[in-house]
Amino acid sequence: MSGEYQRTSVIHRLDAGFKLLVLAIAGTGLMAVNDWRVLAFALICALGLYRLGGFTMRRAYEQVRPMRWILVLLFVVQGAWQSWDLAAVVVLRISALVLLAMLVTLTTRSDALIAAIEKMLQPFRRFGVNPAKVGLAFSLALRFIPVIGAQAQEIRDAQRARGLEANPIAVALPLVLRTLRMAGDVADAIEARSPYDDDDELPPRFAEKAASTPARTSCTQTERQLETSSISRSLPL
Amino acid sequence: MTTIEVRDVHQRFDDFEALKGIDLTLREKRIGIVGSNGSGKSTFARLLNGLVLPTRGQVLVDGADTAKNGKAVRRKVGFVFQNPDNQIVFPIVEEDVAFGLKGLKLPKAQRAALVEEVLDRYGLGRFRSHPSHTLSGGQKQLLALAGVLVTRPDCVVFDEPTTLLDLRNARMVARVIAELEQTVIIVTHDLKLLENFDRVIVFDQGRVIADDTPGPALAHYVERMS
Repeated sequence: MSGEYQRTSVIHRLDAGFKLLVLAIAGTGLMAVNDWRVLAFALICALGLYRLGGFTMRRAYEQVRPMRWILVLLFVVQGAWQSWDLAAVVVLRISALVLLAMLVTLTTRSDALIAAIEKMLQPFRRFGVNPAKVGLAFSLALRFIPVIGAQAQEIRDAQRARGLEANPIAVALPLVLRTLRMAGDVADAIEARSPYDDDDELPPRFAEKAASTPARTSCTQTERQLETSSISRSLPL
Repeated sequence: MTTIEVRDVHQRFDDFEALKGIDLTLREKRIGIVGSNGSGKSTFARLLNGLVLPTRGQVLVDGADTAKNGKAVRRKVGFVFQNPDNQIVFPIVEEDVAFGLKGLKLPKAQRAALVEEVLDRYGLGRFRSHPSHTLSGGQKQLLALAGVLVTRPDCVVFDEPTTLLDLRNARMVARVIAELEQTVIIVTHDLKLLENFDRVIVFDQGRVIADDTPGPALAHYVERMS
């Protein structure tokens, strides 16, 4: 989620629902194939799609980098215990799947992605599924991955400062507690920020055209202040 | 102008009574709420838009009971939380601002215009396509405020909006709040923020111990704390 959907390649312009459908079909296809040569070809095709989307190969590698050690471990374990062919099948399949899935999120606005998910879930309304809630859950997952990552880093730093070296349990416990506390606040915020129900009629305050609506405040200094903000200068975009 | 009536409100959390019989009528344009930690001021703020419902008593916003008309109350009273990270629910700036309009029968173009207008107003226009987690603390607080103001509430309640900010960002947010046309109710420890307010209410151990203009109310609070 780096805002790279602002680019305008063919892949960026494709409909979000179409991309999700292709991803689902490709995912199913990759699971059905057991020949490492075909999977290697699929991986090359996935990399080709990154080029088509205007991304460098380095950017593509960054998508699988966080799981590189898991892939290495899988390859070694499968190779040593089963066969090297099967090891190649497993690793190539996961890599191609992750690359394709990440390409969809890199090239699609999250609101378009969520709208597509909500649309796809409409038929399941009759079974009690609320598409809007599922869409919101997806949105929250995308939104809070970096927040929880930052919290984990904060906890690790605090523990290191107190002399405790890498200990997954020592990090996990406070992280889970913090996340649970945050979840309560987020639930309150969603409640406070969603005053309208589905199909609510337009209240009078929105009746006039937005463009001709006079601003309720005139915060003339804000832009200048933001420009001098040291943190805003470090925005990676 | 919004009128909020708080009638004999008690708030209990298990064995702890956070508020003990609060009776207030709020109709001033700028109201500050101060008090020590655990004095009940944040609970009081959350009562005002129905995020917390009173264990006993009633809160009425322009006659609408928060316990019976939660949605109607939240359309009138927006709420800005202390930590903007917990209030921003969409990964991209403009998507987050648009969240408040979800559910409204608004044409797409008008929705986009409303979002654009509020982003531009707070100097966030050029960040509209940025991931929200990359904004600075002050920008996140402004984004949280933009997300509330896009729904055009008549009153905005702030729960310690400057507590997590550095001096520069705190001043920027304070100036934006001062320029709002809406009724503003702020829970804060930053007493300077309340200097030009119409009314300051001091909480202590779940009760109102002072309710006056900023001068005497803050003097009473400072004396009590020292």
